[in-house]
Amino acid sequence: MPGTRGAVTPGPPILDVRGLRKSFGPLEVLKGIDLLVDPQELVFVIGPSGSGKSTLLRCCNRLEEPSSGHVWVDGVDILARATDINAVRRTIGMVFQSFNLYPHMTALGNVTLALRKVAGFARPEAETRGHVALERVDLAEKAAAYPNELSGGQQQRVAIARALALEPKIMLFDEPTSALDPELVGSVLAVMRNMRASGMTMVVVSHEMRFAREAADRVIFMDHGEIVEEGPPERIFGAPEEGRTRAFLASVFDR
Amino acid sequence: MDAIIENFFNVPIMVKMFPFLLSGFWWTIKLCLLVVPLGIVSGLAVAMLYATHIRVLKWLVIIYVDFFRSFPPLVLLVFVYYGLPLVGLELPALISVVVAFMLNTSSYYGEIFRAGIESIPRGQWEAARSTGLTWLQTMVHVVVPQAARNVAPDLTSNTLEVMKFTALASVVSFPELLRQAQLAQGLTYNPTPLIMAAGMYLVLLWPIVRLLSRMERRMLAVR
Ligand SMILES: Nc1ncnc2c1ncn2[C@@H]1O[C@H](COP(=O)(O)OP(=O)(O)OP(=O)(O)O)[C@@H](O)[C@H]1O
Ligand SMILES: [Mg+2]
Repeated sequence: MPGTRGAVTPGPPILDVRGLRKSFGPLEVLKGIDLLVDPQELVFVIGPSGSGKSTLLRCCNRLEEPSSGHVWVDGVDILARATDINAVRRTIGMVFQSFNLYPHMTALGNVTLALRKVAGFARPEAETRGHVALERVDLAEKAAAYPNELSGGQQQRVAIARALALEPKIMLFDEPTSALDPELVGSVLAVMRNMRASGMTMVVVSHEMRFAREAADRVIFMDHGEIVEEGPPERIFGAPEEGRTRAFLASVFDR
Repeated sequence: MDAIIENFFNVPIMVKMFPFLLSGFWWTIKLCLLVVPLGIVSGLAVAMLYATHIRVLKWLVIIYVDFFRSFPPLVLLVFVYYGLPLVGLELPALISVVVAFMLNTSSYYGEIFRAGIESIPRGQWEAARSTGLTWLQTMVHVVVPQAARNVAPDLTSNTLEVMKFTALASVVSFPELLRQAQLAQGLTYNPTPLIMAAGMYLVLLWPIVRLLSRMERRMLAVR
């Protein structure tokens, strides 16, 4: 049932993906994805390796160029010729599995770069906003630290702050905790929980099924470039309808 | 022993020729101050053009770099210095020499920067672009600072080569240090001026050699 809306708020969706297809050469990785994400909704995406989860996220901010289909973010057609993609990207936060902090800049420097260069704030204003963002991820005291002086969990939180500082309309997370030692996962999930509580719209690709159960409004199961099944977490985890979903969940929970 | 002092460390000749050599030394310094920054800037530009991944630009850069790296710099110098006036382009001597050197050195610096830029992981690009930075902003604020740091030893050792290489300008009678030393040697029938010139090169280059070995040690320590 493609295009099913979550149950949070009516009104125009923040993310509206229609008929999205993406091929790498002969390999079709996304085979017509339809996805609506409402304001303040947390959509959780699961699926086997290679099913196209990352590619889907990356098409939503055009880090990957879709082969066909449409993507609107907060009403803006991001694939339209006239759209200034750099201006739109400011409104789409992205968090990567490997953090990708700038190693030559402090935490504050990482957070303020786009504030200064994209949002156009002068340094003092950018730094004020940067400190606020670092506070939101509970790292106010690490503003002057370089990435190599931070734990993985702290680095990932700085990366979240870097995106948050730009006040995005939506945040995309691509396996934000997969590169972390188990004891550091909690701090990142706590930050994501806070973001959800404060009303951020989020699409999260992750294997943290417990987090999904507790925090997701909707779970989407992808396989071979298609959305196979979607629904509230209780139903997807408790009573999946599709055989492929059941098989995937069995393989995950067996581990 | 006396013969060695007489021929290589002849104090009266040193005193007499010092101002003459000093004028060459200044020209060498001026050449370095022009050729090194221009080479670095144009090398960086070449590497950035390459990194655009625009096929035409990439090919032009490859041709440019390959050509000027394989073209003998001495011939290049003679070409620019004596050849351009023949086609009606009269340039001041300093400019011709600098242009010829720049064509050559920019291709070397360009290769170094290219390697540095390619050493930066794709994730850095993606993170920066995902926050809305343009390609150029990402290059300038994220990629190049890291790239330059990664290849700092190579940049420094190339700079050392370039500075020594300015002596080549003597073949077109440009009055830099080596040229003046050779003239002085001819005037005095004594090779002492060459030793003096070597001493002056040492003064100029030794700090950079030190810097280089410090950097290399630091890079090793980081690994
Ligand atoms: N740049 C690319 N060039 C070619 N093929 C690609 C590229 N990026 C992804 N693919 C292929 O597309 C398919 C989907 O990749 P994607 O990274 O979206 O999967 P995923 O669901 O995120 O998997 P994982 O759970 O392992 O991260 C894979 O088969 C992958 O090899
Ligand atoms: Mg992935």
